[in-house]
Amino acid sequence: MEKFIKHSGSALPLRRSNVDTDQIIPAVYLKRITKSGFEDGLFAAWRNDPAFELNQPQYKNATVLVVGPDFGTGSSREHAVWALQNYGFKVVLSSRFADIFRGNSQKMGLLTVILPQDEIEKIWKKIESAPDTKITVDLEAKTVTYDTVSIPFAIDDYTRWRLMQGLDDIGLTFTKIDEVAKFEEKRMSFKPKTLPIR
Amino acid sequence: MGKTLAEKIWTEHIVSSKAGEPDLLYIDLHLIHEVTSPQAFDGLRLANRKVRRPELTIATEDHNVPTLNIDKPIADPVSKLQVDTLRKNCAEFGVRIHSLGDIEQGIVHVVGPQLGITQPGMTIVCGDSHTSTHGAFGALAFGIGTSEVEHVLATQTLPLLRPKTMAINVEGTLKPGVTSKDIILAVIAKIGTGGGQGYILEYRGSAIRALSMEARMTICNMSIEAGARAGLIAPDQTTFDYVKTKPHAPVGADWDAALTYWNTLSTDIDAKFDKEINLNADELAPFVTWGTNPGQGLPLSGSVPNPADLSNTEDRGAAERALEYMDLKPGTPLKSIKVDTVFLGSCTNGRIEDLRSAADILKGKKIASSLRLLVVPGSARVRLQAETEGLDKVFLDAGAEWRSAGCSMCLGMNPDQLKPGERAASTSNRNFEGRQGKGGRTHLVSPLVAAATALKGTLASPADL
Repeated sequence: MEKFIKHSGSALPLRRSNVDTDQIIPAVYLKRITKSGFEDGLFAAWRNDPAFELNQPQYKNATVLVVGPDFGTGSSREHAVWALQNYGFKVVLSSRFADIFRGNSQKMGLLTVILPQDEIEKIWKKIESAPDTKITVDLEAKTVTYDTVSIPFAIDDYTRWRLMQGLDDIGLTFTKIDEVAKFEEKRMSFKPKTLPIR
Repeated sequence: MGKTLAEKIWTEHIVSSKAGEPDLLYIDLHLIHEVTSPQAFDGLRLANRKVRRPELTIATEDHNVPTLNIDKPIADPVSKLQVDTLRKNCAEFGVRIHSLGDIEQGIVHVVGPQLGITQPGMTIVCGDSHTSTHGAFGALAFGIGTSEVEHVLATQTLPLLRPKTMAINVEGTLKPGVTSKDIILAVIAKIGTGGGQGYILEYRGSAIRALSMEARMTICNMSIEAGARAGLIAPDQTTFDYVKTKPHAPVGADWDAALTYWNTLSTDIDAKFDKEINLNADELAPFVTWGTNPGQGLPLSGSVPNPADLSNTEDRGAAERALEYMDLKPGTPLKSIKVDTVFLGSCTNGRIEDLRSAADILKGKKIASSLRLLVVPGSARVRLQAETEGLDKVFLDAGAEWRSAGCSMCLGMNPDQLKPGERAASTSNRNFEGRQGKGGRTHLVSPLVAAATALKGTLASPADL
């Protein structure tokens, strides 16, 4: 996983709430067996509309997605995170994220930042009037800044540390694998096993 | 102070806990399917890792498999590649798999309980958000992403921050024609699609205790639609009786030991939930969604709401967009809405009791000539059971299509899809835009409402027939 310390880029405003992962990437695009190539499926149904924000030239190079509350609800498909990353997004700003989507994004290094809804509204207005506005997301300082505005955000220290180091969880868990083995020794013996088949 | 059920199961599974870090939890059962696992197995291969505990892992094919002609090769080459990849991965890593044509094949959340590998007090995960279904047994069960699938395959653990707990108290008695699907749709309408974010839900109260295991599974299944990763119900005699007859139930001394443990699995009287929600079962009616998220639901006797009446800006915008997509006008009585397709199936309502209750309504009658009724059993075993009871004949005589098991039209990854503009009454779990096929419009309903709607041609409950 790539380290995330600080990112600056232009942003895309998506004034919609409850954007579920079926909208981020519809099921028919989930048949690939790799983690790449999902950019074509990103918001596939909405992209048929020429007025959809992703089709507007002023937002073409956006790397920060600014969305309404409850982003990423529904299906657990990590493909939603891959599609956003494959397309080029590095950060998503919202006032509320669905739990599974947020967890998935933190595993992949797509930074999901929670800001108050009134700040999201202000950022929407700003980027709609000046699409070139650079938004800087600083994970070390825990701030989102643009123009002279600086907004602090909260993130748990552990996730922040892991993202800044670019560490993947599996490697970290293997440092505790002896404890896993110890736990297995005292597991209740009646717990079911899938093998042998009964 | 006492502990909630969720806290008890959580604590029991902590492998390692350190201040300022997520707890490392042991996972008792890992369910796998073709769509969210290929990249995880690839990750194992790249790092030269094994599946740590194949005997705590099981796979089946459900999401993209066809429900017609399952004895022939899968026609869609991309779907076929994904299914073949799962089969190869399971063979390579020694994981048990139930493939198309196998009697134990079916939707992963129907298969676990029917095999008896879903038991109280367990931690259960799957790369599918409806893993919350297994919470009906008093298990802590939740959906995970593919990175986490790889993590569990490699280590049989997951690092997780402890969620808060919320009690959903449902007291009273359901009226005839009102089901557990109506309870959960009412819960979601009440707390919203984000209401459960950060929480584990515990469904409690006399109305919940009175439900069968299958009805409980329907409720826990849709916890994720309220934003909660997991929802559970304390195990009781109903649970124990259900598990006891299943192939992987503990036997002999193991059964006694298990039962002793399972009887400790309830929320202590002095435990405190972070939040409590109350619902009166006496007041509930058949529910239906009118919009494009599962929180946009109302009693079937109501009318399409007017977005202008909503005070919250976000809700108003979402309602306006939903009505446009659904092609509905404010004030339209829900019972006047004409339906093109009725889908009976899914991990929410594709079990034998669901099929029985729908067949009861349909018996000796014909569905409206203007619509099609698709009946898709949740597993091959459910299909076989239904055929043993003659339910297939009831459905076919009524004019329905009787299909093989899978997720089917719930998510439209296989050929079972709505056409653009087509309107469905569906016993599944999501009415998102395009969920059941691009441009398709979905109304979520119970199996009883689905059957009555199929007969009437418009949204209806059995009482309207």
